[in-house]
Amino acid sequence: MSEPSRVEPSSRKLSRRKLITSGFATVAGVSALGVAARIAQKYGLVPPDHGGIFGLGETLTYAAQRLITRHSLAREFSRSQISKPPFANEIELPTDEFKRLQAGGFADWRLSVNGMVARPASFSIDQLKSYPSRTQITMLQCEEGWSYIAEWNGVPLSHVLDVVGVLPQARYVVYFSIEPDTWESIDMADALHPQTFLTYGMNGDELPVGHGGPLRLRLPRQIGYKNVKFLTHLTVTDNLKGFGKGLGGASPEGGYAWYAGI
Amino acid sequence: MGDSACVPVSTSAVSSTTATARHSALVRITHWITTLCFFALLVSGAELVISHPRFYWGETGNDLTRPLFKIPIPASRKLVPTGYGYLLPDQNGWSRYLHFQAAWVVIFTGLLYLIAGLFTRHFRKNLLPREADLSWRGFSSAISKHLRFERPGEAEAWSYNLPQRITYLFVIFILFPFVIWTGLAMSPAFVSAFPATVNVLGGQQSARTLHFFVSLALLLFLLVHVVMVCFAGFKSRMRAMITGRAATPLERT
Repeated sequence: MSEPSRVEPSSRKLSRRKLITSGFATVAGVSALGVAARIAQKYGLVPPDHGGIFGLGETLTYAAQRLITRHSLAREFSRSQISKPPFANEIELPTDEFKRLQAGGFADWRLSVNGMVARPASFSIDQLKSYPSRTQITMLQCEEGWSYIAEWNGVPLSHVLDVVGVLPQARYVVYFSIEPDTWESIDMADALHPQTFLTYGMNGDELPVGHGGPLRLRLPRQIGYKNVKFLTHLTVTDNLKGFGKGLGGASPEGGYAWYAGI
Repeated sequence: MGDSACVPVSTSAVSSTTATARHSALVRITHWITTLCFFALLVSGAELVISHPRFYWGETGNDLTRPLFKIPIPASRKLVPTGYGYLLPDQNGWSRYLHFQAAWVVIFTGLLYLIAGLFTRHFRKNLLPREADLSWRGFSSAISKHLRFERPGEAEAWSYNLPQRITYLFVIFILFPFVIWTGLAMSPAFVSAFPATVNVLGGQQSARTLHFFVSLALLLFLLVHVVMVCFAGFKSRMRAMITGRAATPLERT
């Protein structure tokens, strides 16, 4: 045990130097993190569910996706790749109000849009159909692991947002289903994305009720649960704190990630 | 440690030339962070699989299409036709959060290990097969030693043998990159920017199936790795990977 005492002075000197350098490194690291957090907040790289123990991973995922995939287009497929028949996930039993609207052929179905818009408005399905119609053959992926490809027909959400005149400070679009407690939100990058549709048609026909008819938000770059069925209401906002628990949707309140581009 | 006086001279010579560390601090730290992340990824990945324990080949797959194969277990979701009358617990919410969190940590850890490994010549010194070993005789003797379950000699407490080097290189440079790639290929947003990452795999469901198989390969590696550690001397190998100190011959007995 005599050896350690021989090397002690040099190792102590070394550890003091190490202490100082690591101290500086820690201070630099912490302030760099602080600056990074500021920048991330400023450029909209922080998701509403950034708190909690999984906040770090969630923020890294969302920030990375926003830096890489802001404008990229979801893959589109050929008509021969359409899944027949498309698999429809389970839906909640429709409410009485839904049944009443269904009995009337959804003629009285309305999509209301308010919040940070110049001209709040309410649209019938026919009005939405009178806008330029777009088609996409894209994949719908469920978070469970299964998927299908379908042809979706609708009006780009960006067109409707143009009609109502979104204010420049808008940061999110919150969207609600006729089903109680079913709502989600997306940032403006996704809301204005050319493949984000208000969908009323599928595979050349009306959008079936099993797939969210008469109106579903189609968001091919995010998985199933963000593609809310039976859409009735949109709110444009600059802050998600005022909605529910402030996490930006029913999914994050139920423990699922807010950003589901995965 | 009463017999420390009996430690042969050769041992102290060995330890002083290698600065007494069998594994560098960086290797040890990244090893244990990776271990922790791997367990998190494994548990959360298994939890995610049971919500749909069917696997497909190609772009799409669902309950209406024929699977490539099914795992014969109950599922955590109602609509999956498993043949069981009950459901497993559904924990997909935190499982996916944990899966991605652990993936990020292991990616940063892996990058640190890669960059540091290149700078310190860790790969060349410790993992690239030595020229002497690469002869056919060296290779066949190393394999036959493994097959005969011969315990490793003293020298191997200080250095990896040939099958070890090849296996570690395969895990680090083939399996880990491939599991990250197949994972990213399942992300609809990621593949919108890099469609080739999923197209060359044959489709999104193919990516999911491959991700599953690479995970199984990594699990197999983990099991063999742990068995080999026990076989070579659990206490001495664990001490080497925790404290950095390798076993001396007398401590081994």
